[in-house]
Amino acid sequence: MRPALLHIGVLAALVAAGFLLPAYQHGMLARILVMAVFAMGYNLAFGYTGLLSLGHALHFCAGMMATGLAMRHGLAAGPALILGLAAGTATAMLTGLLALRTAGVSFMIVTLMFAQAFHLTLLYYGGFTGGDEGFPLPSAARRLFGLDLTQAGPRYAVALALFAAGLLAQWALVRSRFGRSMIAMRENEERSRMLGYNPFTTKLAALALSGLYSGAAGAAYGLLFGYVGASFGTSQYSILPLLYVLLGGAGTTLGPLLGAGLMAWLIDAASSLTDSPLAVIGITLIVLVLFAPKGILGTLREKGLKWLP
Amino acid sequence: MAAVILEARGLSRAFGGLRAVDGVDLTLTEGEIHALIGPNGAGKTTLVSLLSGRLAPDQGTIRFAGEDITRLPAQTRVLRGIAYTFQITSIYAGLTVFDNLALALQRRHRRDLADAVTQAATRIGLAPYLQTEAGTLSYGHQRLLEIGMGLALSPRLLILDEPTQGLANAEIEDFLTLIRGLTGTTILLIEHNMEVVMALAQRITVLNMGRVLASGTPDAIRADRAVQDAYLGGGHAAD
Repeated sequence: MRPALLHIGVLAALVAAGFLLPAYQHGMLARILVMAVFAMGYNLAFGYTGLLSLGHALHFCAGMMATGLAMRHGLAAGPALILGLAAGTATAMLTGLLALRTAGVSFMIVTLMFAQAFHLTLLYYGGFTGGDEGFPLPSAARRLFGLDLTQAGPRYAVALALFAAGLLAQWALVRSRFGRSMIAMRENEERSRMLGYNPFTTKLAALALSGLYSGAAGAAYGLLFGYVGASFGTSQYSILPLLYVLLGGAGTTLGPLLGAGLMAWLIDAASSLTDSPLAVIGITLIVLVLFAPKGILGTLREKGLKWLP
Repeated sequence: MAAVILEARGLSRAFGGLRAVDGVDLTLTEGEIHALIGPNGAGKTTLVSLLSGRLAPDQGTIRFAGEDITRLPAQTRVLRGIAYTFQITSIYAGLTVFDNLALALQRRHRRDLADAVTQAATRIGLAPYLQTEAGTLSYGHQRLLEIGMGLALSPRLLILDEPTQGLANAEIEDFLTLIRGLTGTTILLIEHNMEVVMALAQRITVLNMGRVLASGTPDAIRADRAVQDAYLGGGHAAD
């Protein structure tokens, strides 16, 4: 009961924020919501299944590129968005097929290498992909269900709808039988095998879902903010979701949103104080690892809020 | 004569130069409790790892319920009905007792999972601890949970690897009652505690240096001279 109220409360607050916030915060919140979807995808792999990937920029950027390139070549926003979801899922499954032969540090390195290779490929074929500079999406094409996504209001609505769908699906997933078997892989893989679970297929399915979320976030990011580029495939975009999830709490449903929101606010606040806002990320990470390795919601859950989903 | 449920022929597995299991034949009949004994390093755990699929054999074949399962991965053998409980307790320490049992039960109990979990917990005496994090249970309770997860799979063959290791006497009594209460499940039991072996086993196989030294009823094993030499201390009871 309490988890249900919490999720509904958070979504209601976000709807209210859409009406109340001034324009600047409004745009920022839309960005946070999309990045939170990316972080939720990352959380499915890392937080719930225990797969520490350093290559999720690949799935994010693949989703973004697929949608962007399709629209550049005349496809409508709706089908292009679907293509983005497919690209995120497909890249996660293909790299997963190979990367899942490894575990632990090797898995991190293999996923990192795939993402780097993808990024370099995008640069190599710069004539087609826009390379380093990327390309803007034509304003006229950025319409979804009759909504003009160049406007702040519809943009926020679409970001929120995507986030809400992602959050509720994630919540249902981690409470399901399959969610339990994902968590079982994280907790004790050998035991899971001896209960009849196939570690490879379970983890591959988790990665595919993770890629679906990441691809959706990348596609939506391009569509909502009108710009697509290889710069979203750099390793920075693999680290960000990891950071969000660590900050908010790995293996918690609302941790990704909390982490993405807090980090954006921190960087924003720091930008007005110092010229090196990225140092804030570094310091946050160190403080986090030292004092709250389970993240904010993870720590709260440990300290007594056991019902926290 | 009951039907043969598991038949291993010529199983071998070497680690480097060490032949941990060397040409072992083993036959289990349906419903029996079969003990596997032998000194430390005799190859008992390696042998059951071959049977459960955690290790692949270098040579030999394994037939289970009439089918060749030699090449099947462990998780597929579990689905066929071979359950294995670990010698070193291997539960999900970070999850609740409920989730631990649910993971074993959820494949066969879709609608009545909560009931099935409660039933499985009651059977091993852990019903009051359903919402307790498994890692915080006492050692004896963790051992019982380990066995309970194996039982919850409703296996046709349950392999217990030193189940009573580290248990207090009262807990061993509970364990004996639990195992005697099972009907129709074939049990392969690795055990060092000879009282437990003699209390439960209908047949005993003795391993030494990776080979089968003797196999037979408890009385026959007790009287076997080779077994006494290798295992029971060398002092011949009959002399």
